[in-house]
Amino acid sequence: MKKISKTTKSNFITYALVIVAFIFCQIWLKGVIPGFKMGKALRGQMVPICVYIVMAISLNLVVGISGELSLGHAGFMSVGAFTGAVASAWLLGAFAMENEILRLIIAMLMGGCIAAIAGVIIGVPVLRLRGDYLAIVTLAFGEIIKNVMNCMYFSLDGGRLYVAFNDPSLPGKMLIDGPKGTKGVSTIASFGMGFALIIVTLIVVLNLINSRSGRAIMAIRDNRIAAESVGLNITKYKMMAFVTSSAICGMAGALYGLNYSSVVATKFNFNTSILVLVFVVLGGIGNIRGSIIAAALLTILPELLREFADYRMLVYAIVLILVMLATNNPKLRLLIDNIVGKIKGGKHSAKEADKA
Amino acid sequence: MVSFLTYLVNGISLGSVYAIIALGYTMVYGIAKMLNFAHGDVIMIGGYMAYCAAMYMKLPVIVCVLFAMVICTLLGILIERFAYKPLRMATSLAVLITAIGMSYLLQNAALLIWGSTPKSFPQLFNFGSMKLFDGEMIIPGTSVLTIAANIVIMLLLTWFTGKTKMGKAMRAVSEDKGAAELMGINVNQTISTTFAIGSALAAVAGILLCSSYPNLMPTTGSMPGIKAFTAAVFGGIGSIPGAMIGGILLGIIEILGKAYVSQELGDAFVFAVLIVVLLVKPTGLLGKKIHEKV
Amino acid sequence: MSMRSETKMVPTRPVGIVPERDLDHCPVLEASHLGIEFGGLHAVDDFNLVIGKTEIAGLIGPNGAGKTTVFNLLTKVYQPTMGTILLNGRDTAGMNTIQVNQHGIARTFQNIRLFNNMSVEDNVRIGLHNQIKYGMFSGIFRLPTFWKNEKRQHEKAPDLLSILNRQDMADVPAGSLPYGAQRRLEIIRALATNPSLLLLDEPAAGMNPHETEELMQNIVKIRDQFQIAVLLIEHDMNLVMGICEGICVLNFGKIIAKGTAAEIQSNPTVIEAYLGKRKEG
Repeated sequence: MKKISKTTKSNFITYALVIVAFIFCQIWLKGVIPGFKMGKALRGQMVPICVYIVMAISLNLVVGISGELSLGHAGFMSVGAFTGAVASAWLLGAFAMENEILRLIIAMLMGGCIAAIAGVIIGVPVLRLRGDYLAIVTLAFGEIIKNVMNCMYFSLDGGRLYVAFNDPSLPGKMLIDGPKGTKGVSTIASFGMGFALIIVTLIVVLNLINSRSGRAIMAIRDNRIAAESVGLNITKYKMMAFVTSSAICGMAGALYGLNYSSVVATKFNFNTSILVLVFVVLGGIGNIRGSIIAAALLTILPELLREFADYRMLVYAIVLILVMLATNNPKLRLLIDNIVGKIKGGKHSAKEADKA
Repeated sequence: MVSFLTYLVNGISLGSVYAIIALGYTMVYGIAKMLNFAHGDVIMIGGYMAYCAAMYMKLPVIVCVLFAMVICTLLGILIERFAYKPLRMATSLAVLITAIGMSYLLQNAALLIWGSTPKSFPQLFNFGSMKLFDGEMIIPGTSVLTIAANIVIMLLLTWFTGKTKMGKAMRAVSEDKGAAELMGINVNQTISTTFAIGSALAAVAGILLCSSYPNLMPTTGSMPGIKAFTAAVFGGIGSIPGAMIGGILLGIIEILGKAYVSQELGDAFVFAVLIVVLLVKPTGLLGKKIHEKV
Repeated sequence: MSMRSETKMVPTRPVGIVPERDLDHCPVLEASHLGIEFGGLHAVDDFNLVIGKTEIAGLIGPNGAGKTTVFNLLTKVYQPTMGTILLNGRDTAGMNTIQVNQHGIARTFQNIRLFNNMSVEDNVRIGLHNQIKYGMFSGIFRLPTFWKNEKRQHEKAPDLLSILNRQDMADVPAGSLPYGAQRRLEIIRALATNPSLLLLDEPAAGMNPHETEELMQNIVKIRDQFQIAVLLIEHDMNLVMGICEGICVLNFGKIIAKGTAAEIQSNPTVIEAYLGKRKEG
């Protein structure tokens, strides 16, 4: 068959969008064109933007594709961030791994692995529940992770790693100091790695969606009883989406943790989970490209509103409410659908003509 | 032993505040099937209103309380009218995000008006305290007041939903909106009333909370809000006695957990208990079991 | 009670119900003393049924008789509180819905349950899920097994769709199909799971006489082509009497009659309980 399917085309546009945006940002960052150079405030936002894009994609896998509302995804980010910080310091201290890129990759992989384990531990009980109950339990787990992380102590002494729970008296150099969070992290995260992570995430998520497993996940979302009647293993596929998502969150978290010299556990609270959820909902539930755009725009938006300083979060809140009201207004929706329909209808007839 | 009893009373007192907040959550959820995340922030507004009435206007205590209740009731009705009502037909996720937006809005509005430095909430109620066991155990007056307020509210609500016309309409709407409408019940008005009652209760909860923990900030409402929501789910969301039991149990667990397990992990302990309860009984302690018809 | 076969305890094959051509084969389904209780109410009680390997059987009865409950018991949506179900001679005790499907029962639903946001072809592919397998990692990393199996799926789906003349609709979202087409798609999806027994819950509901006529031909065609058994619940007596070789009448959760179309039509109990009231047949 010569026909390129609609999804393949849509995925291609998504990849192209990310790559073009990356090249554009690189030109902007490096100031290749004279007089066009990114400001300092925005430059500091480049890695967080990548992190939030990845977070939004991975949460969309759970909320949009698997159809379960999770309010605790910041917890996985937290696990990843702390694992990444410890892993990086340990690799440098114990194995003298000087190569920053290699160290970053291994730290991110370890962050992903530990977050995936957390995902399994949390997923087993959580995915037995449904709807709002599932949401509240993910919220609860998010808060538990935050509290537990607040009591974790890690230190490195002569290449040996020490761990303690609720006990700050550890020998050597503190890596994680309980409520004070990570300490003296060498900030090895880079925009390039952020871009690479986005691409890897896209490959994993988009390929998963367009495969046998992904179709099973969406079928369960659409109709659980029918999915069971055609022999789909509900728990298996729900777990697959949830754990994949938590692993990706862990990797994003590791990148985030290695972008700042110090991050506290309370940073990854309920509000962070909600923030990412807002990206997903505004970008369109189940729409991966939408998540990317929403995450990027909404991370920059408060920065752009910085001149309004005190008012910016207020404006953000109002914008959020208005967007929700507008996108859910039946009349407005009908209008948009009509316009989109016309554009698409036009294209379609052109194609038909081509064939003939 | 005495210290245990003190913790227990503190727990019941804190739990009573949670219960009053949870009642608002549970009523709104029951009738509008939405998680009103802004509810916790209405508590905060209630606290600030009472603070303003007492500090700037120097009103008597009872007027302060009424003032806060009236403002919050209006606020609740306005929020419902302008943010939630247009979304009656939208997905629950869209409503949830709007509620979150409303929560941000209230918090940031409060931040602009009152600033981020905590206000010290005035001592509205000077009852002194009860001394038991030769003064070894001291129960603050506010604790007694909180528990008493909770019992009164609970009894009033039970009477209201059971006996009055509006209460019956509420139950009908929460059961089946369409059928209720066909029976001539004004659904919009009923939902509005529910928000009004929930918000008035939030004002009371805000004042009681700030009387026991007199640190008033724009974020004061969010954590108690989340915990009260947890309490509502814990007791079985949609159920009024469930919210009451859930709230009180949660308060006791939190205070005892902080006292005997770990100060830092008190909240984690609360959420862990919630998870265990939901796994054993997936719709909460008093929740109805829902069957999906095949 | 006029039916003698009712009193027999052992699931033997009552002559005149299982078609003669199937007598040499193990029956696809043998349900004996099947029942379920909901809080003291016997929704289905002492249900006995044998279905031959290539039989088209009908399950009829007034509304609320427990017909769909029987389907839910056979597919283990509800666990029976009593009785046994033998599927191709194998006891299904302890199996869940998923395992029952993998052992050969596929069904459609009274209130249509499609995967509405997915395309028609994807709905069929979901049906093929356990026929054509590859793992999650082959999918993510696009290993050769992925391409090989996707190709097989892509070839098989139109074949299935063509059985009911639906191949032109492969790319349309299932939820936007007209009602009749949705019912047909549900049948195709069920067929895709490679069943030995197909349960159809009111397949002709909402169809006009012309569509019903086409459906009857299609059911027979499916049986002939796939050599499977069909058990259907239906209120349209023309369809039931027209294609069902054995008919079982249910009232208040109990079987009140079993037999061929002619036998059922002349059965006084059935007429009294069901047909007589509706002045049909």
